[in-house]
Amino acid sequence: MSKKEIDEISGVETTGHEWDGIKELNTPMPRWWLWTFYGTIVWAVIYCILYPAIPLINGATPGILGYSSRGELAKNVAAAEEAKAEFVTQIEGMEVGAVLENSELTRFAVAGGESAYKVYCSQCHGAGASGAEGYPNLNDDEWLWGGSIDQIYHTIAHGVRYEADDETRFGEMPAYGEFWERDQINATANYVASLSGLEHDEAYLDEGKTLFEENCAACHGENAGGIAELGAPDLSNAIWLYGGSVEAIAAQIRDPQHGAMPAWQERLGDATVKQLAVYVHSLGGGQ
Amino acid sequence: MRNLGWTILLAFGAMLSLLAAGFAQDVLFQTHAWVIFFALALATIYMLRKVDFAGTAAPVDKSGYFDDPIRAGVILTTFWGVVGFLVGVVVALQLAFPQLNIEPYLNFGRLRPLHTSAVIFAFGGTALITSSFYVVQRTTSARLISDGLAQFVFWGYQLFILMAATGYVLGITQGREYAEPEWYVDIWITIVWVGYLILFLGTLFKRKEPHIYVANWFYLAFIFTIAMLHVVNNLAMPVSPFSIKSYSAFAGVQDALTQWWYGHNAVGFFLTAGFLGMMYYFMPKQAERPVYSYRLSIIHFWSLIFMYIWAGPHHLHYTALPDWAQTLGMVFSVMLWMPSWGGMINGLMTLSGAWDKLRTDPIIRMMVIAVAFYGMSTFEGPMMSIKAVNGLSHYTDWTIGHVHSGALGWVGMISFGMVYFLVPRLWGRERLYSLRMVNWHFWLATLGIVVYAAVMWVSGITQGLMWREYDAEGFLVYSFAETVAALKPYYILRAVGGAMYLVGGFVMAYNVYMTIKGKTRNEKPIAVAHVASAQPAE
Repeated sequence: MSKKEIDEISGVETTGHEWDGIKELNTPMPRWWLWTFYGTIVWAVIYCILYPAIPLINGATPGILGYSSRGELAKNVAAAEEAKAEFVTQIEGMEVGAVLENSELTRFAVAGGESAYKVYCSQCHGAGASGAEGYPNLNDDEWLWGGSIDQIYHTIAHGVRYEADDETRFGEMPAYGEFWERDQINATANYVASLSGLEHDEAYLDEGKTLFEENCAACHGENAGGIAELGAPDLSNAIWLYGGSVEAIAAQIRDPQHGAMPAWQERLGDATVKQLAVYVHSLGGGQ
Repeated sequence: MRNLGWTILLAFGAMLSLLAAGFAQDVLFQTHAWVIFFALALATIYMLRKVDFAGTAAPVDKSGYFDDPIRAGVILTTFWGVVGFLVGVVVALQLAFPQLNIEPYLNFGRLRPLHTSAVIFAFGGTALITSSFYVVQRTTSARLISDGLAQFVFWGYQLFILMAATGYVLGITQGREYAEPEWYVDIWITIVWVGYLILFLGTLFKRKEPHIYVANWFYLAFIFTIAMLHVVNNLAMPVSPFSIKSYSAFAGVQDALTQWWYGHNAVGFFLTAGFLGMMYYFMPKQAERPVYSYRLSIIHFWSLIFMYIWAGPHHLHYTALPDWAQTLGMVFSVMLWMPSWGGMINGLMTLSGAWDKLRTDPIIRMMVIAVAFYGMSTFEGPMMSIKAVNGLSHYTDWTIGHVHSGALGWVGMISFGMVYFLVPRLWGRERLYSLRMVNWHFWLATLGIVVYAAVMWVSGITQGLMWREYDAEGFLVYSFAETVAALKPYYILRAVGGAMYLVGGFVMAYNVYMTIKGKTRNEKPIAVAHVASAQPAE
């Protein structure tokens, strides 16, 4: 069984073992293979001398380069903050409106605001800030709580219907389903729909107009143009947060949905909130 | 009264499952117990019909090799392969088209572990058990020590696959990558695995050859190490003997490290060492050439076994894991490069003197591409473990691409080669139904992998670069959702690559089926050398 022989094709001797017809050549290990293997071992030893590597009883060998991944991270973060520090400090120290008067600061704030927007805001308002049902579009000039830079800043800083913040934007329309008949809701919805030229039933208009003036105009305005201080939306344009149809409007009158937004000031810090305000203001609808 | 003992054991198991269903403390445990009950009850009925009550059956001839579970294994390897690839294509499509997620049973979160386990444990595991039974008998010239134990190991493992797969779809998981099954499934597979170890070691022990062939070293390393990894990683305390829920013995970063020590060595000892064992037998057999270098096989075996076990921490670079552990994970991974390549060299160089067979033998072609992908992935792996590279590649699709060039390219192709080698021999057929279909399978699978891997490189690097892209002012440029949107075309292409691989799997299944039926396809033989007649220069 154990019979060494020379393999005809390679000219190499076999080991003399055989299993189910399989033999083995006694070829030496390829030199390039062996030296590369040694090379990686040498490299590994050197690396272990340079970097933290060997665990001991009270911690590990630190390596002669003094590297630590936490240290490296701290250094990188510090460098990134340092690079931005000049602008950030300036923005922190001024009113948000003043940022817009300095073109260099504005450019910086728009870039920073966009970056923060993508991380914290795009989930609801969309990557392109065009909103979705229940989440306002930030590109147009319709603003629930006002579109001036100061108003936008306040809204972002303190949130909407965010109870943990005393200065949060808060407005709540009553649920008219609790004290109105179906017909009254229907009439008002038809009237509101008519204001922006939506499909509606003419027969309801008179009753709806009366009901609107008696009940709704106080918040939404005489001509339904909305009042930003109350967060009451403009009902005369074609922009609808919860759908533009008589049915959708009636549903909002009967049992209104109210959106909410967190207050960002505490979480992101003043400089970032200001940058966000500048960015949102720059999207096109800023007043 | 042959088979009576096994039938009684199965019936007893079915009764225990029924009791478990009765005492169950949660709905999932109860459902799972019912599933196991029905599986065992059906098996009991099947076995009952095979019990030789009259005692008239001829005694079993135990002079030859025991090939029954191997025949079943070849069929089930093919079956699980197709299932695993199919679920893979489904989850790939779910990523590209999220509306394909069907709540709650067929969403991505449940189908992904179903896919990974179907490929690694159902397809890969069955291939390994099957081929190890075959190889250990042929290379020791000895029959497996016990027919009953062999059947128990084989079918016990299939029961594990059933328990794991149904568990995932039901939503039973302990949330550990490649070790998702809960405590009771873990205990079952431990019992089966110990049986496997006894069976394999016992057969080696009573071998009739003076030496142990290299393939068996690798198989043994695989069986032994997987047992150790599995037991340690799954140490857990169940909240009740009749509940699915258990709590791991580990917490925090220790938990993460234990998990990836296991996870990485599932790759190392299951998908690398085990399949190297397969390669070391089937490659020289198919090529009819001696193994290239005995010395290389010794050195690369021991260095691979020694170094693989330390490389797990490279899955946790830049995490809470202490720096020293990250360093060691990285340097051991880099040192692992040549030991891994030893297997590639021994595989490819075994063909020296038989390279012409590449032209005429698609099975050899399959094995060669397997070894080539093995070499590619075992270079890519050490490279990705280097912290600077890992900073870009980690958490991206690059990792997914890397795993698949290993799983589809290496594990898949070498297993296909094994199946094509075994089917005609196990069923005593002169040849496969169709060699041309093997060739089709080869090209479909190879092109599928190339598409898959290339697409995942592009996608992964795109993803990594987008995540870290800063603008001139020092702000991050992209939101996470934007990076996802950018990857959509690659996700669709990935599904295309996977679908090609799946179609190849169907071609193999048909070919295997027809071969077992004893058919041969009337076809032109694959090109015998075309020697272009040299034109003498004027």
